[in-house]
Amino acid sequence: MKQEEIQDQGRRNFIKTAAIATAATATCGSLACSCSSKKAAPGETVKLLSPEGEIVEIDSAYLNHQEHMSIVSKLEAREGIAGKKFVMVVDLANCKNARSCISACQKWHYRPKDVEWLTVKLLKDSDKAAPYWFPKQCFHCDNPPCVKVCPVDATFKRQDGLVLIDGDRCIGCKFCMAACPYSTRVFNWDEPELPLDIRDLAYSPETGIPAKVGTVEKCDFCPDRAREGLLPPCVEACPNGVFYFGDENEDTVSNGLETVSFTKLITDKGGYRYQEELGTKPRVYYLPPKDRSFPVEKGYQDADSAIRERFKEYKDLLGKKAETEE
Amino acid sequence: MELNTYQQQAFEYQRKNIETYGKRAWGWTVFYVLCILAGLYALFLQITKGHGITGMRDNVVWGLFIVNFIFFIGLSYAGAIIAGLLHLFKVKWGKPIIRLAQFMTLISVIVGPIFILLCVGRFDRMHHLFIYPRIQSPLTWDVMAVVTFFTGAVLFLWLALIKDLAVYRDANLNVPKWKQKIYKMLALGYRGAASQKRHLLLSQNLMAIIMIPLSIVVASILSWIFGMTLRPGWHSTIFGPYFVLGAVYSGCGVLIVAMWFYRKLYKLDYYFTDRHFTYLGYIMLVLAAGYGYFTFSEYFTAWFGSEKWDSELIHKLFSMSEYGGWTLFANVAGIALPMLIVAIPATRKPGYIAAGAFIMVMAMWVKRYLIIVPTLEATLLPMQDTRAEYVKYSATWPEWALTIAGIATFLLFFTVMSKFVTVVPVSGLEDTHTEHEKHQLQHEQH
Repeated sequence: MKQEEIQDQGRRNFIKTAAIATAATATCGSLACSCSSKKAAPGETVKLLSPEGEIVEIDSAYLNHQEHMSIVSKLEAREGIAGKKFVMVVDLANCKNARSCISACQKWHYRPKDVEWLTVKLLKDSDKAAPYWFPKQCFHCDNPPCVKVCPVDATFKRQDGLVLIDGDRCIGCKFCMAACPYSTRVFNWDEPELPLDIRDLAYSPETGIPAKVGTVEKCDFCPDRAREGLLPPCVEACPNGVFYFGDENEDTVSNGLETVSFTKLITDKGGYRYQEELGTKPRVYYLPPKDRSFPVEKGYQDADSAIRERFKEYKDLLGKKAETEE
Repeated sequence: MELNTYQQQAFEYQRKNIETYGKRAWGWTVFYVLCILAGLYALFLQITKGHGITGMRDNVVWGLFIVNFIFFIGLSYAGAIIAGLLHLFKVKWGKPIIRLAQFMTLISVIVGPIFILLCVGRFDRMHHLFIYPRIQSPLTWDVMAVVTFFTGAVLFLWLALIKDLAVYRDANLNVPKWKQKIYKMLALGYRGAASQKRHLLLSQNLMAIIMIPLSIVVASILSWIFGMTLRPGWHSTIFGPYFVLGAVYSGCGVLIVAMWFYRKLYKLDYYFTDRHFTYLGYIMLVLAAGYGYFTFSEYFTAWFGSEKWDSELIHKLFSMSEYGGWTLFANVAGIALPMLIVAIPATRKPGYIAAGAFIMVMAMWVKRYLIIVPTLEATLLPMQDTRAEYVKYSATWPEWALTIAGIATFLLFFTVMSKFVTVVPVSGLEDTHTEHEKHQLQHEQH
């Protein structure tokens, strides 16, 4: 890419259109590169734009692809993606508590094993009703009780429907956590343990990285990936296509395996929102656990011991089958 | 400043209390400071190690700190309502106790909010409340309420003190120069001129008129931090009045206890008479009945309606394996006991009433705990967490250390303030003793 071209574009546009990379070498600090999607062969040099605005040439061997660099300003992160209305559909008939979604989420957001922005609960609605696995992330409510109570506007509702948190502004009063009826939010009680290269990244409400001690965080529907046209890691990771993510305005949702009409999906399969009577208007819809792909006890039997421990008290919900397999 | 004989007598009687900071006062002061230092150490750990050292976790996000906050702030509002009413209705017998009520108001409104600072994860960012305020949040309402109330409490106490400060200034007290200077400065040149008197009374009346509704408003706002959420046990229409009543009730108890202690410490039997205990006891009885009625309504409707989420909370509160014992204590010791003590003539004595009030105050603290913690433990979706500490709250030693430090701060302020101004106000004091009381007191003195 020619030097003149780079200078012609505004810095913001430049960063937006280019792939983002950081390079850490002994001499220069972090650099944003314009090497686009094609990877340079080893030994080749690439031209990079340094934070000072200078063009530097650097050996590609020193390049380190960095996914989590914030590509929008704080203001843009508050406004959201124009024209979008993100929505999620969770098909309870296909969930077998495989928990791939949880590990994918934790990996993407650099969260330790016991911090779950996304959890899978074992529910049973009444005595005679059948138990089922219930994956639950943030519902990104259209009438969010958490946003209502935030005293400093640290958590906010965007035009694309997302509810995000600005960890640079959060004072850690935890009012939002008390207000959320779904216990979705988690708190950084201690200094979060993060990989070294993540710790120094510029914080963005769109990535939530790096996590900050004494502040609240939660599932964010991965808007940084949405900007690149990618599905959230939980959706991609699910082996059973439980999660459908998409845009209500386009009336399209995808679980990575198939792309379908959102309206048709929830109409055909009787989609509903959890606890509609609370009036929070969630942006997550559930499809009832009808015609299931897996027996419910499989989720318990196949889980590792720590997870089984978690559902021990609830095991009787699964009936006798879970017992015999032990 | 001119005082009549009765007032002069009251002043001379208490003179030594503000002239000397005796051994006993020093002893307590050192003890309180040590408690506060222990709390500061806990705070240091909390800041350096993070809030992980508290018992609070993702489900029970608020614990002892918020319980203490509600408790102290409640005392503050109570003090203002009681002092305001006594002043406004020119209750003659109430004059000696107004100052204690106002002490309580100011001290608690200082101590209470400290616990909010302890509870927030980032108190280095408290200025965000002012640079990014969001008016929709009940917490913002509460920030405004507490700041307004604090200002009101300072003015209310100061206005009530001016006449006395002028007395101390003119009395040629045997106190260090700096203390004299403070008296002089704070007395604002009051000489007892007719226009000064009129303006002072007018301002005091205005402040009393402002403080009473203000207390009701701010106590309601405090309750709305909880009431505005969707949680069982909090999301209740009676929460505003419930908190107002709870505040005044526990404040009345603390006032009785404070009166009893000062009566013993400074031998103020002549001013804090048995009649004061009886009258405040009657007020306490009425408030207890009201509080009991509200509590009953809360639990009864939740239980009878038996909605799933409500029932879960009611089960927690009443099952003996969970909070049943504490619920019993909060209602027996917090409501029935003080009522019985005051209702039965044989126990309608200062000692019993003060003891009952003391136990009631503790029970009311427990009641605040029962309002906060069990509700947070009753989640809509089952917690199903592998980490036991995330499911049930149990306060850790740093939280207790800071709680004790808070109480010590409260008592330290009381000690210091009672050495700075007389506990019984002297100017405007009126002789309301009955002939019988005078006779009895004289008899006791001999």
